Formats: sequence, structure tokens, C-alpha cells
Amino acid sequence: MTSTQLQTLSERAVALLGGEPDDTTLRRYLHGLPGVDAVGLESRAAGLGTRSIKTTSKAWALDKIIQLIDLTTLEGADTPGKVRSLVAKALTPDAADPSCPRVAAVCVYGDMVPYAIDALGAAHGDPDEGGVSVAAVATAFPSGRASLGIKLADTAEAVANGADEIDMVIDRGAFLSGRYGLVFDQIAQVKQACRREDGTSASLKVILETGELTTYDNIKRASWLAILAGGDFIKTSTGKVQPAATLPTTLLMLEVVRDWHRVTGEKIGVKPAGGIRTSKDAIKYLVTVAETVGEEWLQPHLFRYGASSLLNDVLLQRQKLATGHYSGADYVTID
Amino acid sequence: MTFLEYAPAPESRAILQLRDEYGLFIDGEFRAGSGASFATISPADESHIATIASADEADVDAAVAAARRAYDKVWSRMSGRDRGKYLFRIARLVQERARELAVAESLDNGKPIKESRDVDVPLVAAWFFYYAGWADKLDYAGLGAAPKALGVAGQVIPWNFPLLMLAWKIAPALAAGNTVVLKPAETTPLSALLFAEILQQADLPPGVVNIVTGAGSTGAALVRHPDVDKVAFTGSTAVGREIAKTVAGTGKKVTLELGGKAANIVFEDAPIDQAIEGIVNGIFFNQGQVCCAGSRLLVQESVHDEVVDRLKARLSTLRLGDPLDKNTDIGAINSREQLDRIRELSRIGEEEGAQRWSAECAIPDRGFWFAPTVFTGVQASHRIARDEIFGPVLSVLTFRTPAEAIAKANNTPYGLSAGIWTEKGSRILAVADRLRAGVVWANTFNRFDPSSPFGGYKESGYGREGGRHGLLAYLKAAGAPAAVRSRRGEPTRSKKADS
Repeated sequence: MTSTQLQTLSERAVALLGGEPDDTTLRRYLHGLPGVDAVGLESRAAGLGTRSIKTTSKAWALDKIIQLIDLTTLEGADTPGKVRSLVAKALTPDAADPSCPRVAAVCVYGDMVPYAIDALGAAHGDPDEGGVSVAAVATAFPSGRASLGIKLADTAEAVANGADEIDMVIDRGAFLSGRYGLVFDQIAQVKQACRREDGTSASLKVILETGELTTYDNIKRASWLAILAGGDFIKTSTGKVQPAATLPTTLLMLEVVRDWHRVTGEKIGVKPAGGIRTSKDAIKYLVTVAETVGEEWLQPHLFRYGASSLLNDVLLQRQKLATGHYSGADYVTID
Repeated sequence: MTFLEYAPAPESRAILQLRDEYGLFIDGEFRAGSGASFATISPADESHIATIASADEADVDAAVAAARRAYDKVWSRMSGRDRGKYLFRIARLVQERARELAVAESLDNGKPIKESRDVDVPLVAAWFFYYAGWADKLDYAGLGAAPKALGVAGQVIPWNFPLLMLAWKIAPALAAGNTVVLKPAETTPLSALLFAEILQQADLPPGVVNIVTGAGSTGAALVRHPDVDKVAFTGSTAVGREIAKTVAGTGKKVTLELGGKAANIVFEDAPIDQAIEGIVNGIFFNQGQVCCAGSRLLVQESVHDEVVDRLKARLSTLRLGDPLDKNTDIGAINSREQLDRIRELSRIGEEEGAQRWSAECAIPDRGFWFAPTVFTGVQASHRIARDEIFGPVLSVLTFRTPAEAIAKANNTPYGLSAGIWTEKGSRILAVADRLRAGVVWANTFNRFDPSSPFGGYKESGYGREGGRHGLLAYLKAAGAPAAVRSRRGEPTRSKKADS
């Protein structure tokens, strides 16, 4: 993204908001959005969860899920060795089946980015072109409790190290105390920090940490706020707070993305992260995306799963579909 | 391939062991009917399902006599706790055979399997569980100590929720100590006959429940039978009116649950995405063949365009087709007769000047189908805003103020249900207070629970089903004089009993 585009972005936010993005204007805008009825939202999500995806549809869905995974390791104990192992798994998910597609990206801490890029080698690239991207969490992940300067430096370093995507966290404390202007400003500045020297930009995923926002109204407002401030993706969770991704939360965020597309024609991505461990659950998300925003969103630039253990369950299901019987945990590889 | 063209996921029919022919269920066993038997077909493809016996007056007489014997000799003498045991047993058997019942219901009625599986059958079990709990607690029903059953109940049910309406009728009647003769709808007798098998399996004493299949004349014979103490009917207002005339002056107790033209009121501060779901569930649930369907959408003018746009987008994602496919949202219309009525009223809607929009979906070659349809620009004086269409057709009207919304919502001869959509709690309470409708849903629609009474105002009928209120329709206070039976079997009552 170029600096002119960034300029347009903030101008557009001002036009939509009807004023500078300060606390008062943002409050007026975000609190003017239609409310969310929790019972209704959850029952709609449950309804979507009853879709029965069988045979050819299931085969397609399993391959698609793999292509949409951000294979993740975000541990204090991460080492270059662990990252190399993760990358190997990302490139060859099923050692027994070379036709198995690759995942979209690996997601690591900022200091692990060089090792990930090194391990990917020639395979490092855009998932649309068969490559695997590198996503880095930044901005004092997962709590976000650091000064803006540190958050920006954290981001800039990850980008300089070659990260294609930045997963930032919002300041939940500021959001919950109504300092929407501060949250907006931080996202906008991190977005600036995603710029590379050649004028392009790393893609920015904004983590709302929905488990800490607790109400659907808050999640809806935070989604709009993150998109207005320039996020390319809105992401549910860090995976470090419970509950992480849930189907109703993801449905709500998809509805915001759909409405944003109606207003601006722009396509924003959604990434549920944390807690999606089974193929069965992952298929429910695919259905929810397809029936809420449309099938067009089932591509790596518009939808991702943040997950680690999901991949092996999908591989087991994929093997079952091909051979007719279940294998077992020893027939898929650990990363 | 596009993902949204989900591969077929049909529920297997193999679980259903149907006979070629079904008789009448009288005195605990199936027997041949004296009337001309008829076929029940699948409305999805018009294929033959089974041949069904038809009960004439003599058959109805035999069924009522069996019910009377069972009442006198067994059921009225049994303790409430023991009656409860039978009801609990029936509820458990319904759960055990849930899949089979769901397949039968979808096959015979045309409703999507996801509805029969997730709504109808679980509610049937819930109704029996709920009233099973009441059977030994009648002293607390509100009529004082030791209230008495009425005797033999004649019950006539519709085709839109065949098994659920059966449960609504039979469960409270048996819990209160009555015996039953039930007539299922002509087009949907199948699940009631499977239910008869469940009664056999539960060892329910013979004659406590009798099921007589047939057309309208069978129902008429049952309603006017002199040895019936209580008539319960769910169906059209026209037939309900006939029944009220028939039983007038006979001393029979009556409850009628008739038509509706419910207003679903969407205020400008509604939770919009959930309101859209509620509108869809309100009028397209069971193809709109629901007496309490939210068939009149009243939208505040300030959000009208947005609501209609979002509604159309949502309706375009509904999947119409094979009722037995687990991904089907919209199934078949129950009968050609009903389809003709929906088509006729839709044609009238266009002639009256309302704008018609139908979701684009492939309509199968055989069977009875109608695409989800929305009429905008509907005025209160249009027939499609007045008449019950009983199909997947929504009429959209607008209002400016809460007072106007209430006035328009109440401006109907019916009064069965209504819906309110707003984020403002105080408005929900204020509006609900002034709506003349038996059920008012707030930020939801078409939700049912056995503990909640259901019934209508005005031409939507009288009496309540469900909850403690539903029990009262089958009980009288201990002090109330019993019906005195003449030698002809005609019940006569003292004037006091009627008051």
C-alpha cells in the first residue's frame, strides 16, 4: 500500500465519521451502530453450524481449510529449531501425500521472522501464487501493554525482518474505557509502521481480543473501529485469553465486513484464532463465511484460521476421505 | 464447483419401516375403516406413501365408545402418578424414535428435515415430559383440591405440525385424566399412526387414545358425537366457526386455536441482523404454514429500505428443495389445494398494486413448491395484509410512530401472535401491553415452550394450550356437577354446570 493510499484511507474515515477520529466523533459513530441481540446472534450461528457438508463438498472444504491456515507457534519457549520444524510442516503438511496443499502462512513472534524466512527459502511468497507467507505478532503481543513507541518499533522491526503480515493487538483497556480515539490512532500508526522502504506495506491484522471485550456490542464496535483505522484483517483473539474464537463472534465480525463492503466496496479479511481444533468446527466457519459474505471470501487474502492443532485433524479427515478408514495420530506428523 | 452448492446430504429413509396400509387405531389396535380408504402422498414429489383407512360415523362411534370404556374403567380410576408414568414413557419413546418420526414427518408434510429434527420432534417429547410432571400435581393447577377430568376429548388437528399438534392435544388431556379420540389431518396422517405404534409399545391401556383418520366428515362426526365431553380444534377460522356452532348448547367444552395474521414490528433501533433472521424465521419457517407466522412485517419508515434490501439478500441464500436433505431451508407446500390458495392470494397482491419479489431458486418439476416471496408497498387495505395466506409470502407495511405501529398491528380480525424488535426494553414492555395478541415475542419469533400458554384473541380462537392454562382446558373443579347422561348417551348438564 502506498502513502497516497494511506492518505485516502484516513480521509475516507473522516468522511464516514463526519469529523476527525477523536473520542467524541468515534463514540457518536460506534454507538450509533445497530445493537446486537446475543440470543439471536448465537442461534443464527448455531443454525449455520448444522449444515451437513458431505462427500465432494467435504473434500473441497478440507483442502480449502488447509490453504487458509496460519500455522502458528507463539510460545516463550520458541527457538529457531522449533520454527524450522513448523515451516517444514507448513510446506509439506502430509508427508504421505504430495498433493496436499500448503498452508497460507506461518505465524511467529517478531524475532523469529528471519528464521522462518530462511527456512522457507524459495517457498516464501504470496499464498495466491503457491508460496507461504510469514506473519509476525507485534505491538507487545499478547497484552499490548507497552508504550506506543515500543509498539511501533516492534512492528517496524518485524517488517524490516521481512514479515509479510503483522498481527497487532489493540489496547483493550483504552477501548473499554471509551478512549476510542487512542485505539484508532494506535492502529493508524501501526499501519504506517507496516510500510516498507519500497513503498509497499505489510498486511495488517488487528486483534480485538474478543474474550476481553466480552459483549457483542463491544466486538461490533471494535471491528468497525479497526477497519476505519485501516486494518486489512480483523482477528478475534491472541489465543492466550479464553474464550478465543467462537462461531457467533466470527459471524458478527463477518457481518461487519459485509456491511463495510456494502458501504465502501472494500474487502476486509477475517481471522478467527484460537480454539478451532477440529475439521468439524473449521467447516462450520467455512459455511459461515460463504453464507454471510460470500464464497469470494474463501481465499487467503480474505479469510484465515489462526491455529496449530487444527491442521493435523484436517489431515486425518482428509486421509479418511481418501482411504475410507481412520488412521491415527501416528500417521500425521508433529511440527 | 462452488462450495455453496453443497453436495446432497439426504437423511436416510431406511430407518422408516412403513406398512402399505394403515387402519384406524381404536381400543389399542389397528382395525379396518368403513369409509373409502385414501392415499397419503409426499408433497415433495407427489409419490404414494401409504394407503390410509377412513373412519365413517360408525367407526367414530366405536372409537368414542372405546374411549368412554377406557375412561370409566381404567383411566379415571388410575392415580395421577401412574398416568404420569405412562406419559413419561411415551416421551422417552418419542426421543428414542426421534429420527424415524422426523423422517416420517418430513416425508408426509414436506417440511425440511432440519425443522422436524430440531424443532417438531424435540418439542413433542418436551410436551409429554412437561405434562407428565403435571399428572400427579393437579391439586396445584388452580382449581382447588382434586379437580376432575372432563371425560372423553374429541380432538381435531391440522397438517402444518402434525405430530406437534397431536402432542399439544394429547399430553394435557391424558395428564388431566381424560381419554382421547384424535383425528389427524387428511394430508398428514402418517406420524400420528407411528405415534399409535408408540402407544402400543408404551402399553398404554386400550382405548385411552384412539386415532381415527379421514377427511373433514370424520372430524365433523367426532365433533358432534354426543358422548364427547370436550372438543379441541386447531385449524382454519372457517371450520372453527362451524365447530363452535355445532357444539353450542350441548354442554361440551371447547377450545379453538385458529388462524392468524401476526404483525412483526421492526423499530428503527432494532438489532438489525437478528431482526432479519427473525423476519425470516417468522414467515419462512415451515414454508409460512404456521398459524402464528409473522406474515405482516411492520417496519419503521426510517429503516424500511435497509431492512428490505438486507432481507432480500438473506432470502437469496435460502435453499429450497428435497425436504429430506439436511441442508434444505424451504421444503414443499403441503398440498396442491394450499399451493393454489397461495398462488391465488399472491396474484391478488400483484393486482392490488403491491410490488412482488421472489427469491430466485430452481423449482423442482414435481411436487408443490412456492419460492419465498416478499410484497413491498402493501397497504392496510390490501387483501394480502388482511387474509391469512398460510404460505411463504411476506407483506411489508410501514409505520412512523409506535402508536401507529400498535394501531396497525391490532387492525386485524385475528390476534394470535406478534413480534417486537427493538433494543429498548421499556418500549418492548409498553408495546407488548397494548398488542391484542395471545403471544408476543420480543427480539425473537416462533419460539415455543410447553410451559408457556399459547392461544388467540378475536377470530384466532379461544382457550389456551400449553402451561398450566392448557391443563385447565381439560379439568373442572371438584365441586362442579358431572354431566348427566341420558339413556341415548346425550349429555345434558344443569345450568349451573355451564356457568
